[in-house]
Amino acid sequence: MTYEELLEIAKIENEKKAQYVHTINVCVAAGCMSCGSQELLDAFRREIEKRGIENWCKAKGVGCLGLCTAGPLIAIEPDGIIYKAVKPSDVHDVIDALGGEPVKRILCPSDMSFFTKQQKIVLENFGKIDPERIDEYIASGGYQSLYLALREMSPSMVIDQIVKSGLRGRGGGGYPTGLKWTTVMKASGSQKYVICNADEGDPGAFMDRSVLESDPHRVLEGMAIAGYAVGADKAFIYVRAEYPLAIKRLRKAIAQAEHLGVLGRGIFNTPFNFDIKLRLGAGAFVCGEETALISSIEGNRGTPRPRPPYPAEYGLWGCPTLINNVETFANVPAILRNGSQWYSSFGTEKSKGTKVFALAGRIKNTGLIEVAMGTTLREIVFDIGGGIPDGSKFKAVQTGGPSGGCITEAFLDQPVDYESLAKLGSIMGSGGMIVMDDTSCMVDVAKFFVEFCMTESCGKCVPCRDGSAQMHYLLDKISRGHGNTNDLHSLEKLCELVKNTSLCGLGMTMPNPVISTMHYFRDEYLAHIHDKTCPAGVCNIKGGRK
Amino acid sequence: MMIAKKISQIQTLIIDGKEVGGRSDETILQVARENDIFIPTLCHLDGLSEYGGCRLCIVHVKGLPRLVPSCTTLVREGMEVTTNSEDIIEYRKGILSLLFAERNHVCSVCVSNGHCELQWLALKLGITHVEFPYIYPKMPVDATHDRFIADHNRCVLCGRCVRVCHEVEGAHTKDVMGRGITSRVITDLMNNWGESNTCTGCGKCVHVCPTGALSEKGKSVAEMEKRRQFLPYLKRMRERS
Repeated sequence: MTYEELLEIAKIENEKKAQYVHTINVCVAAGCMSCGSQELLDAFRREIEKRGIENWCKAKGVGCLGLCTAGPLIAIEPDGIIYKAVKPSDVHDVIDALGGEPVKRILCPSDMSFFTKQQKIVLENFGKIDPERIDEYIASGGYQSLYLALREMSPSMVIDQIVKSGLRGRGGGGYPTGLKWTTVMKASGSQKYVICNADEGDPGAFMDRSVLESDPHRVLEGMAIAGYAVGADKAFIYVRAEYPLAIKRLRKAIAQAEHLGVLGRGIFNTPFNFDIKLRLGAGAFVCGEETALISSIEGNRGTPRPRPPYPAEYGLWGCPTLINNVETFANVPAILRNGSQWYSSFGTEKSKGTKVFALAGRIKNTGLIEVAMGTTLREIVFDIGGGIPDGSKFKAVQTGGPSGGCITEAFLDQPVDYESLAKLGSIMGSGGMIVMDDTSCMVDVAKFFVEFCMTESCGKCVPCRDGSAQMHYLLDKISRGHGNTNDLHSLEKLCELVKNTSLCGLGMTMPNPVISTMHYFRDEYLAHIHDKTCPAGVCNIKGGRK
Repeated sequence: MMIAKKISQIQTLIIDGKEVGGRSDETILQVARENDIFIPTLCHLDGLSEYGGCRLCIVHVKGLPRLVPSCTTLVREGMEVTTNSEDIIEYRKGILSLLFAERNHVCSVCVSNGHCELQWLALKLGITHVEFPYIYPKMPVDATHDRFIADHNRCVLCGRCVRVCHEVEGAHTKDVMGRGITSRVITDLMNNWGESNTCTGCGKCVHVCPTGALSEKGKSVAEMEKRRQFLPYLKRMRERS
């Protein structure tokens, strides 16, 4: 593969694209697939063939369009028209309307703030390219960053760009990516590894899944660049087996990239080799923790071990290992292509760039969004998310999954970045955002997350294994109306114990939902204890109001 | 071994106000014990790899945001370590209480009564009562082996038996299954111990077990004394060869 060949592929692909007056982009990510977008795509293809308009009209599958609540979504290019909840029976009208007045009944206004307030970097190709064709990725500028890195930059120049961009780990911790890469590069050892952590397990989170389903090559390119920078020639993507579509597309993407020679041996005629292999997680939440993940790839039981030594020094099979999240890698090609200065122009002082969030829960526009760091929670929930449906009242937003906390109305004007969220007792986490209204009981919410962590604890360390069970017991007791004020005190003490003494991040952050709900919604706990009622009417209290 | 061996240098540090010296490949726990500074442990055992699971050996190192396990933290020049602050002692008591509430630890009928590390630690740390509700799980007893008994009611999941079987005996008969509170030590792929064809019957697991979870048959209440002298000896001999 040479640079000319790469440009040639892009040229041919763009010429092909230009030949179509209209392209009908049908979302084929998991959300829309589950409401029948594959049948819709087939229906469009049949109709186009029936009418004999293949020469100027094409229907293709694309990645996630974002507004998952209104699937299946389709976008007409280059007109920029978006239709929502399209059924195969609408196909006829949609094609009739091409080039003319759009079909009103299914039209989704593309100027709604859901689309206009976003800032897309990781999701730039979403809804535009076919995730199963490498040619389309290349046509949109793909693999040029890899070429640039391999042929025109030294590893330290690549790392320098990442450092200057201010990119921080998107898996939740927010560790500076450039610093991590530097550490792995400087670690001694002839064999090094790159691992992509795609073991996304937070309830309500689907950012990584969407990236892998909608633009898999972006992650592969980011990993290859990372491999070149740190001096690794082997890589693993640890993806959970519950994501069959992501796995299928990743496999296809790796095969295509190897076939074209942008992965494998002697990439772009340089001595750089890079192999990526998939490893499927067997459904353990704790395997998202880096040392547990490494243990799982090695074929052992997925339990964490104390750090240090960190994987950067002592990782997979004892070798220096770079481990980053899907979204982190997906940012890398864009940073190299547009420069670190461009990237760091987005975001806040300490959190640069953008962040992908999965909006879920009681919110009008459920879906996948990407906003610049520093956007306020209010903008995310009310402008982009469209607020709470059915005129209900906003109560709290839970960020960061089971490790995060609940943030109330009073703090909605806080900017979203690593530090601000931590100050509010929550975390950025991987990007799940669950919105709750007054039909949610906060005791019940805390119980749900603790139960999740209790069943997902690996059982290695005592505070997490037993502390979670005791916390769950107390929360269950309170939610059933049997609690007393002493239980609240015990709960607080237990949270402190588990948070400060657990072995890994799972245990350390598990008390966060309890601590934050006890802090902001203490009155609800007290109502369960003193009045034996559940203010939201969720908990089943005997003798109390249901 | 988890901790990579490097060329060792002599480091001086302060533990509980006392100036002590140690090699850079030694852990805080090792140096503290050499200097008669008490740090409680349960999953740690000289001669086995470090596990970091019981969390009893947590200490505070000045400048670090979190408490660290002393069994896996190497000493550094100028470190200031506190092993017995009030919150650390409270946390240790909390962890032990959690262990007592987890399974059915009834000392009065236990073969290891009087020779049990869990019991000894509770006495040493001054645990007078358990503040958490007992979970009372239904745990099986495996008495299928000719010479040994595994009573899961007394197990604290310290992982010593698993490590000694894998690291010292090389059989890897024991391992852990399940998650969280339901995890359990198993023989082979959850067979009866007596039917295991990987178990060599060496009994090392029985003697490293801190409680009465693993014991020899024919022992009555308070009769099971563990003999662990073999472990440091084996380790020394293997390092020499």
